[in-house]
Amino acid sequence: MNTATAHDYSGAPLGAPVYELTQVSKTYARNSVVALENVSLTLRKGSFTSVIGSSGCGKSTLLKIMAGLIPPTKGRVILQNQPVKGPRRDIGMMFQQATLFPWKTAVENIVLPIEIRDGKAAAKKAMDKAHELLEIVGLKGFENVYPNELSGGMAQRASICRMLITEPAVLLLDEPFSALDELSRDMMNMELQRICREQDATAFLVTHSIQEAVILSDDIVVMKPRPGRIAEVVTVDLPRPRTLDMMTTPKFGEIVDHIRGMLDKGEDM
Amino acid sequence: MTEYQTNAPTDADTAQDTVWEQEVAFIDAVPRWIAMTFVFVVFIGTWQLVTSFGLVSPIILPTPMETLKDMIFVGQNLLTGGYMLVSLWITIQEVIYGFALAIAIGFSLGVLVGETAFGEKAVMPYLVAIDTMPKVAFAPLFVAWLGFGIESKVALAAFIATFPIVVGTAAGLHAADENARMLFKTMGASRMQTLIKMKLPTGLPQIFTGLKIGAVGVMAGAITGEFLGGGKGFGELIRVAASQLNTPRVFSLILYLSVVGLVLYLLVQWTQRRVVFWQKESVGSYDG
Ligand SMILES: Nc1ncnc2c1ncn2[C@@H]1O[C@H](COP(=O)(O)OP(=O)(O)OP(=O)(O)O)[C@@H](O)[C@H]1O
Ligand SMILES: [Mg+2]
Repeated sequence: MNTATAHDYSGAPLGAPVYELTQVSKTYARNSVVALENVSLTLRKGSFTSVIGSSGCGKSTLLKIMAGLIPPTKGRVILQNQPVKGPRRDIGMMFQQATLFPWKTAVENIVLPIEIRDGKAAAKKAMDKAHELLEIVGLKGFENVYPNELSGGMAQRASICRMLITEPAVLLLDEPFSALDELSRDMMNMELQRICREQDATAFLVTHSIQEAVILSDDIVVMKPRPGRIAEVVTVDLPRPRTLDMMTTPKFGEIVDHIRGMLDKGEDM
Repeated sequence: MTEYQTNAPTDADTAQDTVWEQEVAFIDAVPRWIAMTFVFVVFIGTWQLVTSFGLVSPIILPTPMETLKDMIFVGQNLLTGGYMLVSLWITIQEVIYGFALAIAIGFSLGVLVGETAFGEKAVMPYLVAIDTMPKVAFAPLFVAWLGFGIESKVALAAFIATFPIVVGTAAGLHAADENARMLFKTMGASRMQTLIKMKLPTGLPQIFTGLKIGAVGVMAGAITGEFLGGGKGFGELIRVAASQLNTPRVFSLILYLSVVGLVLYLLVQWTQRRVVFWQKESVGSYDG
């Protein structure tokens, strides 16, 4: 089987390994679907990795296993030298929907992870930090607004803040901006890049957009379906920081074409 | 040049009917209270016509005037603390105790059924089975167990109102979507935290829908209990008036009773608006 264990990270910013997945497989007992087979992957500190692949090839499953939300059937997941055996504080997650709670104001939503883990008093102390985060994502002045009054993009910004408030070492993102229109999506992606650099966070992004993957990532994991496995890990050696106008460079186009070719091959199998 | 100046409609434009404006439907332009008054007038008018032309016997349907006169009489009795007020107070107590009991039992069972797999698997089928029974048929049993006092009426009222609250609570606890559940899981929330900080608030609209249906049921239960189990409540006054063919009295008693029911319903609705402040209002439905 195809295992991309010792991937060469040359060209990408190098750091110590934070996430190490070895031979991770997942078979859903309910319908005996083999969602993942022998996936091995190493994420290095400060790197940005995207996963791309056709629908149903196990991207979300991989993310949930990494987040400790579901156990793998086989294999090992190590994060910062500790095996992942459940949800952890050093993991931040974001989903396609912002999922802000309508009975809490923006800032109350953001400190919710603190409230859950450390109680109300700690949440209150974290308010200042929540205000700072809101300012970073351009939501200054919306601290005490209820989510009903936020647009889709604003809600996703707030949910970025909620993810960041616990200062996670890794960010797991499952198509976080796919519900947004293309313009705000591009803007959010640039913002995401900036935040990751500022916080020196390691990011792992599931996406359906090849362009989005290429513009953001150091590495792109291309997956094949049935069973879900890694087809190839593509290194993107565009300079950092990335800008939107890089999308028009020939290099960008080359990488996009290469990945598109991989994905089309995957469809035939 | 001139074709760029057509933004502001000129006389020529309107004359040629080139302006397309949204038309406001007549009913949208009429204030609610006027529309309601209109229906009220039509209703009373029809009533007056039917009775004054002798289409129905006065024993079956009194005239609006007779009913109004009786309502004034009953109103005076109530305001001066007469025997009717005593009866009304008994019925109100039955309703309050019945509703409180229904909320306590209904909410607890709803959490059991909506939150635990055991409740869902083992308890829910029985609740559904009991819910499909004609619950007023239990009235004689409650009288036999609890006597002719207010206890048997409270029991029947609570019995009827409990089920919608159970269903509303259980449905509410299932209302949270996959994303919210996953989010709470990633935050390492305990089951209790997930229930209190996420599932319950998410389910409040459904819970209140259950409470409103329950509020209607509790009135029906209390009055049915009085019809079937005697006592000294308002239902008994209605029963006696009806047996004396005093139809104006029956009508006016029912109208006063409906005020009690309405107040209870509005109380629940008012609480809902304050508690579930984020919910969009939809007038005229149980969700509103
Ligand atoms: N809870 C589950 N129980 C059973 N099977 C599941 C479950 N979740 C996912 N699957 C199956 O596992 C496979 C991979 O699903 P997954 O959600 O990981 O795919 P995905 O790559 O994220 O797809 P998409 O791009 O559409 O989000 C699919 O065939 C799916 O039907
Ligand atoms: Mg998915």
